[in-house]
Amino acid sequence: MPEPSPTPATTAFSSARGAVISASNLTKKYKDFAAVDGISFEIAPGESFGFLGPNGAGKSTTMRMIGAVSTRTSGDLSVIGLDPNQYGPEIRSQLGVVPQEDNLDSELKVRDNLIVYGRYFGLPHSYLGPKADELLDFAQLTEKAKSRIDDLSGGMKRRLTIARALINNPRIMMLDEPTTGLDPQARHILWDRLFRLKEQGTTLVLTTHYMDEAEQLCDRLVVIDKGAIMAQGSPSALIRQYSTREVLELRFGSNRNAEVATQLEGLAERIEVLPDRILVYSDNGDAAMQRVIELDLNPLTSLVRRSSLEDVFLRLTGRSLIE
Amino acid sequence: MTTIPLPEVVEGSPTDRALRGGVKPRRFGSLYVAEARLRVMRSYLQTMLATGVGTPVLYLYALGVGLATLVDANLGSGGESQVSYLIFVAPALLCSAAMTTATEEFSYPIMLGFKWNPTFFAMNAAPMSGGQIINGVTFAVIIRLVAQSIVYYLFMLVFGAIPGPHGWLIIVVGVLTGMALGAMLMAYAVRLEEDKGQFNYIMRFGVIPLTLFSGTFFPLSVLPVWLHWIGWISPLWHGTELSRVLSYGYEEPVWLSALHVAYLVVLIVVGWMLARRLAVKRLNK
Repeated sequence: MPEPSPTPATTAFSSARGAVISASNLTKKYKDFAAVDGISFEIAPGESFGFLGPNGAGKSTTMRMIGAVSTRTSGDLSVIGLDPNQYGPEIRSQLGVVPQEDNLDSELKVRDNLIVYGRYFGLPHSYLGPKADELLDFAQLTEKAKSRIDDLSGGMKRRLTIARALINNPRIMMLDEPTTGLDPQARHILWDRLFRLKEQGTTLVLTTHYMDEAEQLCDRLVVIDKGAIMAQGSPSALIRQYSTREVLELRFGSNRNAEVATQLEGLAERIEVLPDRILVYSDNGDAAMQRVIELDLNPLTSLVRRSSLEDVFLRLTGRSLIE
Repeated sequence: MTTIPLPEVVEGSPTDRALRGGVKPRRFGSLYVAEARLRVMRSYLQTMLATGVGTPVLYLYALGVGLATLVDANLGSGGESQVSYLIFVAPALLCSAAMTTATEEFSYPIMLGFKWNPTFFAMNAAPMSGGQIINGVTFAVIIRLVAQSIVYYLFMLVFGAIPGPHGWLIIVVGVLTGMALGAMLMAYAVRLEEDKGQFNYIMRFGVIPLTLFSGTFFPLSVLPVWLHWIGWISPLWHGTELSRVLSYGYEEPVWLSALHVAYLVVLIVVGWMLARRLAVKRLNK
């Protein structure tokens, strides 16, 4: 039973600025709750774009709307020049989607997962055989071609899911929390693979609540919280704009932190008191430390580090990313 | 929500590529899903073959030969239905087996695809639509039902259970019977968020009683009148009666035979369409 094809492209966005994805006032409501609350952004071809925010911020919902599997409540959205409401299959034919939860077919072997998935794009078997082998190699899974899905480690499953998403040579890769739940080594392998895709010119759209991941992979990102965009820019620009160059982290023990904090005021541009530590924001962390010593405050531990996106998020929302 | 009109699509542009990329999936998507499902079925081919061959042999022998000696001895060959018990019971067994398989295929595998191993969401992230996914799943089950019913029919021939020339048509009736219950069950399964034993319940208190009281092993007329409704609503009764007409010329008014067909077809169409609609809704989170 063929699905009716809509009339030829009558809607699409103006690609004057060459954006491959463009959203304006994009909103998704579930009854009264706005999961995504009027966000606007544009993603350029070949760009690596991130949605950074805590769990429940509306990142996955945004990804599903871009991925043309979730209907928006209001606002405009254009993906590859087409409206997802009308051109779902057309848009999805150009995407590679790596969902947050693995949904590999556990009733099929590793290589068959790639072949079967490729068929959904209408790709012929003659193309899919060699392509599957090439992708298994890319994902470092050649030896596992005949394995069962359940016998793969978490990192291998993730790599296979990425390989599966590449079966149709997508123009855009959509990655929802690509490294959540992976150990550090597996994360680095994955980052390496994603970086290669980026070098080949694939547009990467990813969500993460990991600062280091956002800094490693994203050219540009939006900080999103409670369905709204708090800030956007490159990781370094965001840090420059919303934080100081360095941060001094002090621990005085959980019952002394709040008490000492009052004495630290005036010492730096800004001070954040967290339950376990105090963050002193200063362009010169060592100088700030020197003054702490002069004040005779005797912290249990101290550490000077560069500002990260975590600090940007804390500044923008008053909360930590991972709670 | 407004749609922004765009200049013409340039040939070879990304938009053009996308429009081309959607053509085949829109047209053949249901078949791609069916192909995938058949591939999955291949991974439990041995079980399918064992039940496909084992069931007819065991049931035809146990009931059609074993129990039949008792029935035929007491009623005299022919009893109420004028034919041997084997000939009486065999078409019902084929229909009942199809119903059991359909129950299996349209319950847990649907929940699996939506929840436990959400491959339907993966298909939907590729160009497949909810409707195509349901179609593909259904096509694959129909193929299994056809194959299984053919095997059953062949064993019926071996046992000498098919006297009439139109007997082969019970293959079609078997598939319709299985699909009638299966399609409705599929619609239910598509909607089900959590399995708290519902399928088990349906099997024990739905499918098994239907099998027992749908004129399968004895005519519905043997039951008290106030239990006849079980037969009337049961796809199995409609399928069984129809297959008896085709198998050995069991006599019933033509309008009743037409009603059997209509009832089965309506259940299939309603269940199938409902499942498609609910699947689209469930995938669109």
